[in-house]
Amino acid sequence: MSDVDGASSVASASASASASAVSSASSVDSASAVASSGAVASSGAVSSRSAVRSASAASDVWRFAARRAVELAVTLLAASFLIFSAVYLAPGRPETFLLGGRSATPQALAAIRAHYHLNDPFPVQYWRWLTQMAHGDFGTSIQYRAPVLHLLTARLPGTLMLIGMAAVLVAVLGIGAGWLSARRPGGVVDQVLLVLTSVAVGTPSFVAAIALIWVFSVRLGWFPSIGSGSGFFDMAYHLTLPALALSLYWVGTLARVTRAAMLAELSKEHVAVARSRGIPERIVLRRHVFRNAAGGIATMSGLTITGLVVSTVLVESAFGLGGIGAFLDSSVSVKDFPVVQAISLLIVTVFVAVNLVVDLTYPLLDPRVRLGARNSA
Amino acid sequence: MKTAQTLQTPQTLHIRGLRVSLPGTARPVLDGVDLEVGAGQTVALVGESGSGKTLTSRAALGMLPAGATASGIVEVDGQDVLTMDARALRRLRTTTAAMIFQDPRAGINPVRRVGDFLTEALRTNGAADKRTARKRALVLLDAVGLSERVLRQYPHELSGGMLQRVMIAASLMADPVLLLADEPTTALDVTTQAEIIALLRDLQSRFGTALLFVTHDLELAAVIADRVAVMYAGRIVETGPADQVFADPKHPYTAALLAATPRLDAPAGRLAVIPGRVPDPRTVIAGCAFAGRCAHAVDACVEERPETAAVPDRSEATVACWRSGTLTLQGGASRG
Repeated sequence: MSDVDGASSVASASASASASAVSSASSVDSASAVASSGAVASSGAVSSRSAVRSASAASDVWRFAARRAVELAVTLLAASFLIFSAVYLAPGRPETFLLGGRSATPQALAAIRAHYHLNDPFPVQYWRWLTQMAHGDFGTSIQYRAPVLHLLTARLPGTLMLIGMAAVLVAVLGIGAGWLSARRPGGVVDQVLLVLTSVAVGTPSFVAAIALIWVFSVRLGWFPSIGSGSGFFDMAYHLTLPALALSLYWVGTLARVTRAAMLAELSKEHVAVARSRGIPERIVLRRHVFRNAAGGIATMSGLTITGLVVSTVLVESAFGLGGIGAFLDSSVSVKDFPVVQAISLLIVTVFVAVNLVVDLTYPLLDPRVRLGARNSA
Repeated sequence: MKTAQTLQTPQTLHIRGLRVSLPGTARPVLDGVDLEVGAGQTVALVGESGSGKTLTSRAALGMLPAGATASGIVEVDGQDVLTMDARALRRLRTTTAAMIFQDPRAGINPVRRVGDFLTEALRTNGAADKRTARKRALVLLDAVGLSERVLRQYPHELSGGMLQRVMIAASLMADPVLLLADEPTTALDVTTQAEIIALLRDLQSRFGTALLFVTHDLELAAVIADRVAVMYAGRIVETGPADQVFADPKHPYTAALLAATPRLDAPAGRLAVIPGRVPDPRTVIAGCAFAGRCAHAVDACVEERPETAAVPDRSEATVACWRSGTLTLQGGASRG
């Protein structure tokens, strides 16, 4: 089990390292965007300003995209180094697994090490791995003696479906619960939801998995406890409990974030103004509260996606699903270097990509935010 | 534009004995407020921060703070506001009365277009379809001196003065009988203030709307209003025609406010200040709330609350002071 913990902590450590890099960059952008727009607007140069804005909007987007592409490359490079060195430094030797517990002559051992280039110095190994990855060669699994890419693509659909289902659950239940809470803060619904979200946030996903299996598979027999099924609907049926277990923590978190973001908007003066104009409360809530809170909720939703990816390690193992997460788990326990490295890098890539998407949605959610405003400010 | 008040038509805004209590206060924050605004008339509600003037104006729209309990009568265009259900309140706010807020930058949703802000109230209540609402918005944008272009712009692309014009245009969308303006120029710079005041006066006479103008600025009140109501610690202490109240105040508080107003034509020197501060709402006051700060207070002022009485030789003017009959108070500088 300690190997599993090691694997998930490698993945999450590298993910959070790139998280801080990405989020610090984007927060600077939006802060300076708001500041600059405020300054220009108050100076009263309105007509010239909007002309400049529309002319430079297109080039802003390209400049932003170019800068983010460079940031993405740097982030991936840093993450790849962290991942490679973490796996390199981890205790245990891959040749022990390759030998399957048999004792080998020093000559045989040396041959194995030479075949997998295990004797090369660290920088040489890293550089070989990096150039291979850059060419789309993810290496060969030590455990299965097959290309990592094939092993991953075979396991990808189940994991994508699981994450997709969990993401839908998180979005619907999390935002829905937050919205219901914000409708009447301190009311009965809000208090019940606060208790429920506390339970959801406080329950680790593998505990939730065991509880769900016990109730819905063993006692009630409604859902299968193992396997991922075949065909879309059978898969969805098989993945219902895993998706619930996976989403539980993030439903609670997103509900809390949605509630807090909406309460912060509710106290804004423009909401009081909207009410004073006789606008129906449900429209006030939708157009003036949720709409304005959407930026923070989108950020949290982005983090959720990456969190779901990392949590599949535990949930897929608990439900005996043959997905990417379970693959990472088993590969770590047998020190299957190429697989662990490839999956870790995949998780970091997902993280960076999701963050990029979230950043690109900001200007749509808040017209005061301009892409790449740091350069033009 | 002094409109003579006729007794036959109902007052556009009629507040009688309005008492509002908030949790955690020892005395009502509004303690028997009487206020009238006639059709097409402009009344300035004047007082320091915390006197209850904003609360009074918001009560006209049925907007009371959470947990507040209210008694008394608030009627807008003959309809009782305090007993309205949510639906009736919405209709009142969309069609009968509208409020112009202090800070348009905070009051207009920053992520939605100005056009949405203008047409939203009409459209969400089914009072107008998209085209009709847009047409009306264009008429009013023209009236406040803005171009059609702002419909597609976002609030941060406009200056504060332009945004306040948007706010004013939005308030007139449904042709209300009553406008409530809560310090509409306080957040603007001085030159913009003058423009907005001129615009408000112009529109008010053009659309025949009654206006309750809430301000702490007595000079401004004297410029814009037909009548003035001076408020202190939740009560109206003096009412009357604006020029007469300004020239010859009957309540010591009104006189003190006038003396504390900085004036360009006054000799340079120390500005008169009113000693002390507005009494804490967590204390009970038996007598006149101003007694503790009043230079003319006698024992009776502390012991018993002064009745509101008509001012002799002045039409529709009242004062709530035990000593008003015997005092001679200094008025403000004559205007014009």
